[in-house]
Formats: sequence, C-alpha cells, structure tokens
Amino acid sequence: MRFLLATLLTATLSFIAGLYLPWWSIALVAFLVALLIKQTIGWAYLAAFTAIFILWGGLASLIHVRNQGILSRKVAQIFPLNGNAFYLILVTAMIGALVAGFAAMSGSSLRPADEKLLK
Amino acid sequence: MLMRIVAFLISTVITGTLIFALNKRWGTVPALGRFLSPQCGFWQAGEASGEALDEDFQFAELKGKVSVYLDERLVPHVFADKDDDAYFVQGFLHAKYRLWQMDFQTRYAAGRLSEVLSDPRLVNVDRLQRRMGMVYAAEIMVKEMEKDPTTKAMLDAYTAGVNRYIQTVTEASLPFEFKLLGYKPEPWSNLKIALFIKLMSADLAGLSYAKDLQFTNMKSVFSLQDMDLLFPQISDSSKPIIPAGTAFAPPAVQPVPPANLDSLYYGNDTTVNPVQVPKPVDIKGSNNWAVSGSKTASGSPILCNDPHLRLSLPSIWYEMQIHTPTMNAYGATFPSIPGVVIGFNDNVAFGFTNAGRDVIDYYRIRFRDESRREYWYNGQWKACQMRVEEIKKRDGSTVTDTIAYTVFGPVLYDKTFTNGDSTITTALAMRWTAHDPSNEALTWYKLDRAKDYADYEEAIKFFSAPGQNMLFASKSGDIAIRQQGRFPLRWKGQGVYVMPGEDSTFNWQGWIPQEENPHVLNPAQGFLQSANQRPVDSTYPYFIPGDYFTPRGVSAYNHLDTMQRVTPQDMMKLQYDVYSSMAADAVPFLLKHVEENYLNSDELRYIRDLKNWDFRVTTTTRGATIYQAWFDSLEKVIWSDEFAQVKKTVAYPVEQTFFEILARDSAFHFIDNINTPQVETLNQQVTTAFKMAAEALAKEEAQNGLVWWKHKGSMIQHLLRDAVPALGRLNVEAPGWGNVLNAFGKTSGPSWRMIVHLTPETEAYGIYPAGQSGNPGSKFYDNFIDDWVAGKYYRLWVMKESEAADKRIIGKLTFTKA
Repeated sequence: MRFLLATLLTATLSFIAGLYLPWWSIALVAFLVALLIKQTIGWAYLAAFTAIFILWGGLASLIHVRNQGILSRKVAQIFPLNGNAFYLILVTAMIGALVAGFAAMSGSSLRPADEKLLK
Repeated sequence: MLMRIVAFLISTVITGTLIFALNKRWGTVPALGRFLSPQCGFWQAGEASGEALDEDFQFAELKGKVSVYLDERLVPHVFADKDDDAYFVQGFLHAKYRLWQMDFQTRYAAGRLSEVLSDPRLVNVDRLQRRMGMVYAAEIMVKEMEKDPTTKAMLDAYTAGVNRYIQTVTEASLPFEFKLLGYKPEPWSNLKIALFIKLMSADLAGLSYAKDLQFTNMKSVFSLQDMDLLFPQISDSSKPIIPAGTAFAPPAVQPVPPANLDSLYYGNDTTVNPVQVPKPVDIKGSNNWAVSGSKTASGSPILCNDPHLRLSLPSIWYEMQIHTPTMNAYGATFPSIPGVVIGFNDNVAFGFTNAGRDVIDYYRIRFRDESRREYWYNGQWKACQMRVEEIKKRDGSTVTDTIAYTVFGPVLYDKTFTNGDSTITTALAMRWTAHDPSNEALTWYKLDRAKDYADYEEAIKFFSAPGQNMLFASKSGDIAIRQQGRFPLRWKGQGVYVMPGEDSTFNWQGWIPQEENPHVLNPAQGFLQSANQRPVDSTYPYFIPGDYFTPRGVSAYNHLDTMQRVTPQDMMKLQYDVYSSMAADAVPFLLKHVEENYLNSDELRYIRDLKNWDFRVTTTTRGATIYQAWFDSLEKVIWSDEFAQVKKTVAYPVEQTFFEILARDSAFHFIDNINTPQVETLNQQVTTAFKMAAEALAKEEAQNGLVWWKHKGSMIQHLLRDAVPALGRLNVEAPGWGNVLNAFGKTSGPSWRMIVHLTPETEAYGIYPAGQSGNPGSKFYDNFIDDWVAGKYYRLWVMKESEAADKRIIGKLTFTKA
C-alpha cells in the first residue's frame, strides 16, 4: 500500500514539477516522497524507480505514438540505437528511473531508524 | 544507524553524480538527462499528428490585426492591415518554423561556427569567413539599408518579429537542433539579415567564382594562347541569355588599360601560393525561362524558374503568401530576410538564376614589415586598418585573428593565413563588390509590389551582389530579362590574374552603367532563357572575365525555340527534362574515336550500352554512368600530365570547352602525354581513357549494376551534413545531373521549381525538396521530397481572405495588438 502510494505520489508530483522545473526535479520529488512515506530503503528505491520509469517511459511512448515515430526513429539512429524507437524509450525511462531511485534511497535513509521496518 | 548513514552517503553521492553527469554535455553527446526528459528534452519536438494549429498572439509591437491561414501543406497565407505588421509576422513565422536554421546559417556567415560546434577543423572555416570580410560587408550593408526609411521599417519589423518569437521559446519548445547541440538562440538583428544576404553573395559570387589564383599559377606554365583556348570567352555552342544578334548601344564609358601590361601583368608569376577554396562538388547553376503570349496556348506569358542550390533539410526556402493593402506576393522566401524572393504577385512574376560573374579581384600587397600595419601604395607607406577578429571556441578558448584592410579590401591571404601552405610568399588583398554599400532588400520590397515592366526595372537597380539574371513576365504581356548587379568596368583581361597592388594603376575604373547591363524586353523569338551561360555574344562592348558552361542553356533554347502553344504542363516536363545535349554531342564523337579492335568483350559490352543510350539521364540508365566515367577519365588522360606542372590545380576546363577543342582540332597539343617519348593520338587517348573507365566500371558494376541513381548517390543532407545522416535523405532515387535541365546532381539541384502562368487569374505551380517545417519531428519536415523526386508540382493557392473557411485551411494564427 505504501509502495503504491509512494509510486503514485512520485509520478504525479514529478509530472507537475516537470512542467515548471528542470528535468532533475524528479530527484527532488523522489527524495521528498521517500522522506515522507515510511518504507524500507529498498522499497523506497523501487517505488521511485517504478514511478519515473512509468512516467518517462509512458510520456515518451505517448509522444512516440502520437508522432507516429517520425522523431524517435531519427533520434534512435543518431544515438545510435539502430533506429529502434523502443530502445530509445527504454533508455529514456531507465535514465529517469535510476536518478529517481537513488534520490529516493537518499531520502529514505534520512528517516529515523524504525526497528520494525528494518527487519 | 551507521548503516543508514552509509546508505545515505552512498545514495546521495550516486544521485549527485548521476545528475551532474546527465546534466552535462560530453563531447558531442548531449546532456542526457535534459535531452531525454520527455517534458523538456528532444521528445517535445515530436509533433502529434493532427494536432490543433490554431493560436492567438497579442504583441505590443503590432499596429493592426494580422491573420495567418495555414494550408494543408503548412504554407502560411498572411493577411495584414499594415506592411510593418506583415514583415513582423513573417519574421515570427520564419523563427517559429526555422529558428535553428536561421541561427546556424548566419553564424556560419559570420565565422562563428566554432562557438557552437566543437570540430577543430571549423576554426579555419570561421577564419576564412572573417578574412573574406563577411561581417565587415554586412556592417556596411546594414548602414546602407538603414539609411532608407522604407527598408529600415521593413527590417526593424522583421527583426522584432523574430525576436518576439525567440522570447516565447521555453526549454521545452526550443528547436530540436539547439537541444542536440546544447546551446540557446541569441537575439536576432538587422545585421543577421545582412549576413544572410552576404552568405548568398559568398555562395553565388564568392571565392569559387574568382579563379584568379589558379589562373595565375597556370599562366606560369601555359602560354597565353593556351589560356585563351582552355578558358575561352565564347563557346562554340553557347546560346547566350541575350539572344545573339541583339544590338548593343555603344559603350558610355571605356576603361583604359595600363601601360607595360606584358611585364607587369601577363608575365610569369610563381609567387601565388594559397590554396583556393575547395571547388564545389557540383556545378551550382539554375534555370529560368519565360515564354511570351505569342507562344502559349492561352496567349498569356509563362515564367519558370528553378534555382539550383545545395539542397538541404531544412530547405533554404520557405513558401508563403503575404497580403497587405500594398501587396499580394506569393512565392519562396528566405528564412532570415523579409519579403518574397522568387515568386509573383497579382500583376507580375519574377525569377532568378546566377549570373556567375567574377566580381572578386586579387591584388598583391607589399607590407612594410611583419607587423602588416603598413603597405606600399602610390609611392608611400599607407596604414592598414587592423581588424581584430575573435573566434570564441566552444571549449572556452579564443583564437584571435588580426586582418589587415587595404584600399582594396581585406588581405585574405598572408603569412598568418596561408590556408595550409607554409611556403606562402605573397600577401593578397581581395577587391569584392560585396564589400561595397548596397541595399538588395529594397529590390525585393519593390519587386513584391511591382505592377509592370517599369516597376521591375526600378526595383532591380538596387541589386548589386550576387549578380543575377532577373527574369520578368507580366499579365500585361511583357517578358524581359536583365543581368543585374554592380559589375566592375574592366579593360580586356583585367582581373583574370592576380594584379599588382602597389599603386592605383590596376584599380577598377568604375562600373558598367546600369543601363548597359545585358538586358532585353520582348525579343522577337518570343521566349527568354538563362542557365548560367555567358550572358551575351561577342558584340557586347564590355569585358566579362571567366568561362561559362553552356549545356543547359542549349537544351532550354532548343526546346523553347521549337515549342508552340505552350502550356504549364509542357513547362513542367521541360523543368524535369533529362536530355543531355552534352552527351548527345560527345558520345558519337567518343565512339568515332575509340579503337574497338583493342577492346575485350566486357569492354565492348559497355560500348554497346552507350550505342543504345538515348542520352537521357534517367533514374535507371546505365548509359549515363558509362558516359560520365569515360568522359571523366578522358579529362584525366588529356589534362593531368600538363596540369601536374601547375601548382594547386583546382579544376580543369569545363566539359563543353574540352569537348569543343577536341572536336575542332584532333592535333590539339594537350592530347599527347608529355611524360612518354612517343606522341599519342586522339584515338589512342580516347581508347586508353575508355579502358581505364571500363576497369573502374567493372568493379562498380558488381556493386550497383551501374544504375545511374546508385552511381550518382544523390542526397539531401541536413544542414549539419555528415554529423546527422539520420536527419537527411540519402541515396535519393532520382534522375538528372548538373548539365541537364533537371539538374539534380549529388548534393545540389533544383531547390525550388516554379511555373507561373500569367492568366487573368494567376495559375501557378511550385515545389521544393523538403517541407515547410524545420523540425525533424514534424511530418511537414520532408513531406515534399517524394513528389519533387517524381517531378510533381503543387498548385500554388493565391488565397483570398474571403476563402478563410476553405477546407484546405488546417490552422489559423491571429496576431493582435496587446
């Protein structure tokens, strides 16, 4: 339940923050959510990772589909990912997810120790 | 507890490092975090198909209301109450669709590519631009343009429009290439407008049109008679722009050649070392022609134009219609400058081809000492104007280049800039008409509003450089052409070679009067054509240096001469025509001289292919591949032995000159290979050349079957060229070559095909090989290319505002005063 809450909150707040703040606001959000919601460090990492993986992967996929792949196919050649847009979406999602995951880990580890959860 | 501290430290360090690393550009890899973020990065450039295009803008700069209707090809039809507002919106639209291109092209012009690209080779590219005085020229131009209140108002409005758009740009809406390269647009200015016009001068009347250095080197090896033979004034086959036999008035002024020319000018000069700028890969040429009502089915004139430029994505062109109370112009515009450049209005049509006139001369400069601060001129040491150019490199370092300016202009080459040659002994200043004050922008202001022939003449006289063959046709039935530009008055032979610069003796002695620029109105033949050939026959009273190429002009002339009851559809076929008059002349000649009994069966197979060829450079022909290989190889066989003695050869004589000499004189002394004891005959050389070509052809045949389009390898690259092949179109399956009317070569070609039928209700067609949007993430980025390749045209819709509800309109932008 906490995992779901943290995931949803991270994704939603990151989306809003992304409208106004630079891309690394996902780290800020993930950090704060992890600080606020009681979870093990591992679960906090996973929640933030999942949240941004879904957010960035989802947004990129949405743009890709609505754009009929015109842009992603070109960028996936520049990078080079063999022109494979799916890999490009995957890389996008992974990069965001990793940053958010570690930021959440950092936030979570700042919480006072909770014996029950540590077990 | 400790464990948590460790976890905190480790995760915080990793997060920090990740963010740092992903927020930073590594070499040519963009900052990945920022670039990949779907909310602010490159993904934002992915336009949703079918996205609503309507927008409303309120800006304080506007004086009235402007409505812009975007049609299904994304061509904007601008309706403005005030002229200034129209130019403001044109600037805004150019920026909205082409901002990065505008930034990049004017940066290139100003020698500032190193600021944004990290390729170290670009420092020399930037230096060359600066040493040519590109910014110096643009500064002079801005001053001149701003003196004229009409021009100033137009430029100011346009610049304000571009800047207004730049202000709306957010990190998310930044054009794709800015994100890829990791930099931001800077404010636009009237100087950048001038820089763009200077870029056209550099492209069409720049260093590659002045062969003085190469000719000077050749003159040291070849006799003057040979020079005249290899680079003749008049070609045997030429069909000049001004119909042969047209009477020219006696010259109003005549230049006087200096004394002692033979020793001072025509003597050997082995001191010229700089490597001339690389020769263009393709011939950049253009076609235009007009047919008067006497030769058309409708009785109304038809004007056609296809300027051949380097093709790129985004295109150099952007199509639009601009309607104000004083004008209703439609056509191709240049993102970076105001107005319609090639197009038509409700009364007239106009189109350009390049005049190709040499408007650069070089003068040898004697500096007093290494400091280059003074030079010897008219019997005394004269101070140079020293211009310090700072090239700020992307890595933060600065390269400083100090350029000496003389009475002639900037010293392009000296000890500090040898273009790769450390043995340089001569300093060379360049005298270039593009450095003189001029206001080309006013030409377009007036042309876009021209109602008749008199207006056209009034408009084009402001145009100095690059010289253009300005073709005109009107609904009132006139057709006319003038080779327009400010051309120096030269005595015969002046400026072909590097000239002494120690006094004013060799200076230009004025200008060919505007009235005497080659021109004709309503010729008896009922049509006009220009295709970069020499404009006039030998009776023209002024000296025009340079050799010209003629095949496209010959093709255009021969077709138009026999055509009757011409329709726009006939003109479409003609613009797409691939008959090679060059090959039609050369192939029978080559076949006559090849010794078939020395050829093996494989080689004879290629001969059979050629015999069966109809001289049409179609997409899949093999004949063109074989002919071109043979001809190129023959050029090498005939020229390379003699030219090896010439320092830094850039190019051999043009192909039809080569052919005409051989056809005229089979004992031409260049035919012999000077490196062998025996004397080779023409037949031997033609056969040798064929055998050499056949060997290369056999290898190529295994790869591509010698199919022309594969052999040619045409491409339409993105402006960043090899750096981003994915943003261009490579291996375009298309017919044509530089010497046929459909002049799609390797990288250059018809950049805008236009046909205007001047019927009471204008019937116009056009197409260019790209799309209206400069955004690689838009479906409008390259959507015209396939139709262009296939020779299709779009009917150009001169919209009336009452047609706002037409189903072709897919979006409306309104601009009102804030």
